[in-house]
Amino acid sequence: MTHAEELVKDVLAGDKRAVARSITLIEDKMPEAAELLKALEPHTGRAYVVGITGPTGVGKSTLIRELIRAFRRKGLKIGVVAVDPTSPFTGGAILGDRLRMQELTLDQGVFIRSMATREGVGGIAEATEGAVKVLDAAGYDIVLVETVGAGQLDVGVAGIAHTVVLVLAPGLGDEIQVIKAGLMEIADIYVVNQADRVNADKMVADLASVLNMEPQNPGWRPPIVRTVALTGEGVEELVEQIERHRAFLAEKGVRLTERKAWALLREALTRTLLSDFLPKLMRTPDFEVVAREIAAGRLTVGAGAELLIRKLLKAVRGWHEQAS
Amino acid sequence: MSGGEIPSRRIRVLIAKPGLNSHDRGAKVVARALKEAGMEVIYTGLRQTPEQIVETALQEDVDVIGLSILSGAHMTWVPRVIELMKEKGLFGQVLLLVGGIIPEDDAKALKQMGVDEVFGPGTPTDEVIKYVREHVKKG
Repeated sequence: MTHAEELVKDVLAGDKRAVARSITLIEDKMPEAAELLKALEPHTGRAYVVGITGPTGVGKSTLIRELIRAFRRKGLKIGVVAVDPTSPFTGGAILGDRLRMQELTLDQGVFIRSMATREGVGGIAEATEGAVKVLDAAGYDIVLVETVGAGQLDVGVAGIAHTVVLVLAPGLGDEIQVIKAGLMEIADIYVVNQADRVNADKMVADLASVLNMEPQNPGWRPPIVRTVALTGEGVEELVEQIERHRAFLAEKGVRLTERKAWALLREALTRTLLSDFLPKLMRTPDFEVVAREIAAGRLTVGAGAELLIRKLLKAVRGWHEQAS
Repeated sequence: MSGGEIPSRRIRVLIAKPGLNSHDRGAKVVARALKEAGMEVIYTGLRQTPEQIVETALQEDVDVIGLSILSGAHMTWVPRVIELMKEKGLFGQVLLLVGGIIPEDDAKALKQMGVDEVFGPGTPTDEVIKYVREHVKKG
């Protein structure tokens, strides 16, 4: 048996060391990773994947700890992939989400893995999806994926999770604005955590009025659940809502809503435009000429930008004509 | 999805504090330094049992376990961690480092038990980083 074949056998038997080793192989992009994933693929598709996203400091990890407890009471096995950002400067990361869940580490039916985003985009790691597959194949019934979600580029979790829970908390700045800027499309359920705080009522009311103005997916109106993760208050209701959403998706026979696809596509386009088109545009002689004209007072910034975009569009049309 | 890609390995380190002592400043300084050196540091906080530490190392598939001990109870905690590492097949596979106030004789005894290195208080973080880089096979 090859190393990968042996790992597959042990993962399918639920061996935690093999699960951990497999996730590392995928993360490190080792040559065996492709073979491993291919062999596991037929054994996946059973787990239900729930994304838990939201800004830093709202209590996601503590909420996950309570969710694990609630699901465990139902006799389900729970896998967790907790994703934190990699430092763009050093490539390193401090992964501290596990700290809040640590008391569940010795539970046989729980597996927790911390993951840095590395070169991943959209707030997830390239290996996040693979890790979910490994946990799925190993027999975990529910996989919770924790990601930082603070803006329109952090929507990657929607491509992996069946249900996305967006967690907010009162008193940490104007978060309603943050989610309006691009996270609303991916949220199936909203959680206002730390709901025992004074301004929680106002936050729930503000959120409800924003949701009223948003177009929604036909048949599903995202509920707002109030929780106090520290005490576990409201977590049973959150579990109920997750199950209700699961039933909704099963009935509709879809996994990804159009609004989620929309958000994912926007993220991919934004990233391509920023990291691909923009640097190319900035390297053209036109860019320098326009900048010089602006500095000399002969052109406004707005007019200069429009000029460059027109030139870019013309160039794009040119490539298109050449290609066809 | 991962076929034919260039491997990109990262050193993963678990920093844990066994026991009841509640000072973790030193552990946090080391954690930050390792992160700055490009490593992924799993930080589990205070009051960890040896069972939790070794199970975490297994699930996180770390290359290094760093134990921070200031309470003087190292001769109780460390042997238990080593015993569990042997049980789980991690001993000899995962580097085991101990940091804290450890008398010289105890440090010698710990190394004989299987601790790879002992770092006293005030050890420059560069020294720890250098040690980890030289002794972890991947990177």
